[in-house]
Amino acid sequence: MSLLTLVWNYLKARPLNTAINILLLSLGIAVITILLLFSQQLEKKITENAKGIDLVVGAKGSPLQIILCNIFHIDFPTGNIKLFEAERIAKNRLVKKAIPLALGDSYSTYRIIGTNRAYADLYHGELATGAWWKDDLQVTLGAKVAELTKLKPGDHFASAHGLSDGGHAHEEHQYVVVGILKPSNSVLDNVILTNVESVWRVHEEHGEEEEHDEHAEEAPVRDSTFVPSPLIPSVAKGDSTKEITAMLLQYRSPMGAIQLPRIVNAQSSLQAASPAFETARLFSILGVGVDILMGFAYVLIVISGLSIFIALYNSLKERRYDLAIMRSMGATRTKVFISILLEGGFLTLAGSVLGLLAGHGAVMLLAGMAEQAQRTGISGLVFYPQEWIILVGSLLLGLVCAVIPAVQAYRTDISKVLAGH
Amino acid sequence: MISVRNLSYQYDGTSRAIQFQDFSIPQGEHGLLLGESGSGKTTLLHVIGGLLRKYSGTVSIQDTALNALSEAALDGFRGRHIGFIFQRNHLISALTVEKNLALSPYLAGLPIDAARIDQVLASLGLQEKKKSRISELSHGQAQRVAIARAVLNKPSIILADEPTSALDDKNCERVITLLTDVARQNGATLLVATHDQRLKDRISNRIDLTTAP
Repeated sequence: MSLLTLVWNYLKARPLNTAINILLLSLGIAVITILLLFSQQLEKKITENAKGIDLVVGAKGSPLQIILCNIFHIDFPTGNIKLFEAERIAKNRLVKKAIPLALGDSYSTYRIIGTNRAYADLYHGELATGAWWKDDLQVTLGAKVAELTKLKPGDHFASAHGLSDGGHAHEEHQYVVVGILKPSNSVLDNVILTNVESVWRVHEEHGEEEEHDEHAEEAPVRDSTFVPSPLIPSVAKGDSTKEITAMLLQYRSPMGAIQLPRIVNAQSSLQAASPAFETARLFSILGVGVDILMGFAYVLIVISGLSIFIALYNSLKERRYDLAIMRSMGATRTKVFISILLEGGFLTLAGSVLGLLAGHGAVMLLAGMAEQAQRTGISGLVFYPQEWIILVGSLLLGLVCAVIPAVQAYRTDISKVLAGH
Repeated sequence: MISVRNLSYQYDGTSRAIQFQDFSIPQGEHGLLLGESGSGKTTLLHVIGGLLRKYSGTVSIQDTALNALSEAALDGFRGRHIGFIFQRNHLISALTVEKNLALSPYLAGLPIDAARIDQVLASLGLQEKKKSRISELSHGQAQRVAIARAVLNKPSIILADEPTSALDDKNCERVITLLTDVARQNGATLLVATHDQRLKDRISNRIDLTTAP
């Protein structure tokens, strides 16, 4: 026998009341937990994926779209930019590193990116098996892509136009898998890497393609005046026909942040997009939705607090005689006071523990079921220090809700209650 | 041993005051507190039981003057030395019979002695009801559990407030026999407050409040 057994038995004696109070609170806590897990992990992923990229240069259009397309690979390109124009920007003394990207195709919704090794280095990509792509039409797969498409080194596949599953297939050009990357927990896991030339080749007209093939293979040896492009060495510098989708830039100095966007935007066909600025904008847009859901969760929690208060207050009326009897058996005022506080505390603690478990469970379920969620790499098994705040906060809520009933219990005039007045 | 000297009690917020006659009941003996409703029986019982504190005069239990104790000390004293039996055998319905009994030593700050619980239950013929819920008990059984709870801590005083008023003759007879027997077995002083004239013949030591000076 202890105060805890006493409290537990009182709660057990009113199972429906206890269950609804715990459920109500756990619902609110679960919503908060889910939002916390999603927003924290999403924010971390987004910041990590944009790390090391100071500026993205693409075709004129929405800067947010340029970021979504070229960093997160979840949107369509704004258009193409001329290679020689990109080269001009890349040459600027404020640019430390420039990485070309050629997008357009995908394989079962996984984007094929024509780029160079610097792109993989950006995310510290390492090979798990096989090799890096070297020749045209060779690809290296991200870890998730390999896992979900079941492709292995040596396998061939045809790419489809666009990002969706049903796009026009380029059957005449088969890519060959040469390697698979280790999981890097970044966007690299969800993409297929190849060189820029492969993307060009797949998209060229038949006649032109053969002609170009000869040209591409022979060019470096044939012409002694050949100056390779700083972005794509197989092409001559200043080539006016070739196009790429975008270019990722790293600044040499903070001065770049001030001058480069201006230089880029001054060219009518180019658009500069800053990942830091655009992701901040994205967060603020998403933030509205998160805030609304958060508000809803807080309303739930306040209602559950009220419900616990009402339950304790009502049960106290029925229990006045119980309390008086306990006092007559030697219980001090303080003991009676504490027993009511414990009851409130127990209810909210149970509710918040249940809510936290349900929140993590829901995220796990979601991450395991939906492929889109799987791609974001969000996991239900991540715990944040904020969860301690939720736990302690709800415990405090329980104590606050129990304080008025507990004071009443403390003040009970035992003689009056027992005399039946 | 109960001793009451110069006791008067003033009701809260009224000018009504009751002056009680002096009396004392030696340890182990039984006393009957007789009086009509409103004569102050319950008040006197609550003062002796340490449930009411604002009075003038002296009430001593086992040579301890109750108004010399702090409130918390009085709570402890009540738990260890006084057993209450009320007209409505109020048991904690959320707990089983066994837990209702265990509550008594726990709240009094005494060690919980499972053997003592078994012994008291057995002496009242309640062994089989040990794990029962309160709602499963008959009225008579509930009354016996209430008596068991009152004597569990071996109190020196047992105070009973109208234990028989709602009972028929047969049950009245049974309960008063039970009370006196249990008090005798535990060496406790029994004080019964009642207006039930049937008890007059059973307990000779009478304090009549209707003829208070």
